[in-house]
Amino acid sequence: MLQLKNVCFGVESDGKDKEIIRDVSFEIPDNKLVVITGPNGGGKSTVAKLIAGIEKPTEGRIYFNGEDITEKSITERAKMGIAYAFQNPVKFKGIHVLDLLKIASGKDLKIAEACEYLSAVGLCARDYIGREVNSSLSGGELKRIEIATVLARSLALSVFDEPEAGIDLWSFQNLIEVFDTMRKRIENSSILIISHQERILEISDEIIVLKDGSIEKQGKKEDILPSLIGTPEALGVCRNNVPVKGEPAVC
Amino acid sequence: MLKLDEIQKRLLKEVADLHTVPEGAYNIRSNSKSVGRQSSANIEITSKTDVSGLEIRIKPGTKNESVHIPVVMTESGLKEVVYNDFYIGDDCDVVIVAGCGIDNCGNQDSQHDGIHRFFVGKNSKVKYVEKHYGSGDGSGKRILNPGTEVYQEEGSSVEMEMVQIKGVDDTVRTTKAELSAGAKLVVRERLMTHGNQNAVSKYEVYLNGEGSSADVVSRSVARENSYQKFDAKIIGNAPCSGHTECDSIIMDNGRILAVPGLEANDLDASLVHEAAIGKIAGEQIIKLMTLGLTEAEAEEQIINGFLS
Repeated sequence: MLQLKNVCFGVESDGKDKEIIRDVSFEIPDNKLVVITGPNGGGKSTVAKLIAGIEKPTEGRIYFNGEDITEKSITERAKMGIAYAFQNPVKFKGIHVLDLLKIASGKDLKIAEACEYLSAVGLCARDYIGREVNSSLSGGELKRIEIATVLARSLALSVFDEPEAGIDLWSFQNLIEVFDTMRKRIENSSILIISHQERILEISDEIIVLKDGSIEKQGKKEDILPSLIGTPEALGVCRNNVPVKGEPAVC
Repeated sequence: MLKLDEIQKRLLKEVADLHTVPEGAYNIRSNSKSVGRQSSANIEITSKTDVSGLEIRIKPGTKNESVHIPVVMTESGLKEVVYNDFYIGDDCDVVIVAGCGIDNCGNQDSQHDGIHRFFVGKNSKVKYVEKHYGSGDGSGKRILNPGTEVYQEEGSSVEMEMVQIKGVDDTVRTTKAELSAGAKLVVRERLMTHGNQNAVSKYEVYLNGEGSSADVVSRSVARENSYQKFDAKIIGNAPCSGHTECDSIIMDNGRILAVPGLEANDLDASLVHEAAIGKIAGEQIIKLMTLGLTEAEAEEQIINGFLS
């Protein structure tokens, strides 16, 4: 499905070259749910952006279904079958939830179909379909709409960048169900999720641990997950964030 | 029977959403002549005798009726000033659709200056829609300078939708409103300029009565080498509330000057202004590109939404 070969990515900071991703290689096989985890600042979101084409590697190649897509634009990759959910959803003035779902699905989506995508992410469709995708929606609502746009695309590869970030506990439970359902219907597709959440790691097939821009370990869930339990790479459901030093995590 | 050519029909569709002769009262002006007119039992349209223009009188208590007075110009080099006065009785609820479409294929400037005055009776509700549109390949300019004056009596409410999306080379639109106690004015302006177009939009709203309110919001896009000036002033002369907002997108070499102005002459006048100008946020374009749109399609979607 997707293959990264010796991918590097760097930026210029204060006149110096800073390496964010160092020689990363991995594969997302067909019909698998892969989770990339690791400490904050380790380069996880950058990998997601490199796959979607928002950033271009400074070295290395990216292949999608055997085709080299390294030089392909965001649009070309989207059309080839890569969907990408932003960590921080984008707001628009005058664009409504239904408009966004129509654009995502690439067809004149019927209201009933659009409602199905919204219901799948736990939103009462009737209340949201005509809403503007602007700051009148809460962070959690925007996040769920963002995920609904990826569901509406139903593409070969869906990439989710920290879907749990900025979402409340109730929504999180619902989110797990969404991914669980996607996992069960994964036939002819693959899913990549960037996440710290133990519950998401649990439903994965494979786990990649990214630290300081390099892969620390990767392998089957059964082999990797036990070593992560209790570390910030695999947070329990009650802790959406690493607790502040000296303070207990609040459920 | 009213006869219109294809260009006139297209202009009518653009400015008044009219595919055929409208229901209810109407006057259609084409190339400086009235080519069709109908009054209704409650709405009387007559020609002015001293200057070019109309008098539209709406009887008190008229509800759920509409008046269409679109203007189309297809002859190059026409210049006209038209004075239309609307006298709306007490307790009415009406929709007024105006608008002007110019198709200029010649090399002389075409200009229509429509001066509209509204005298709105007590507790009446008016929705006013005004769309401006220009087309044609000629080198002659398409010029529209609308002047709007609104006088609102106690408890009346006026909602104005002013739209100019395409093809008008030069425009100076001036809107003045005076509100009595409890009167309410809502203005939604949508403006897009391109090429070397120039657009100035000026508002002066006087909140003279206790409990009066005004909400003037402009959304605009300046593309290519065009220039816009938004100059909105609200004057609070009584306990009142006023809000003015200019929200603009600039593209290419487009330029916009926003001059929001507030004047409070009463301790209980509560007035707010907001103005924001900027290019399309890069992340908005990226988001739509990840959904499969090209960069140009993404920009188009964002602008369409913004001006909707």
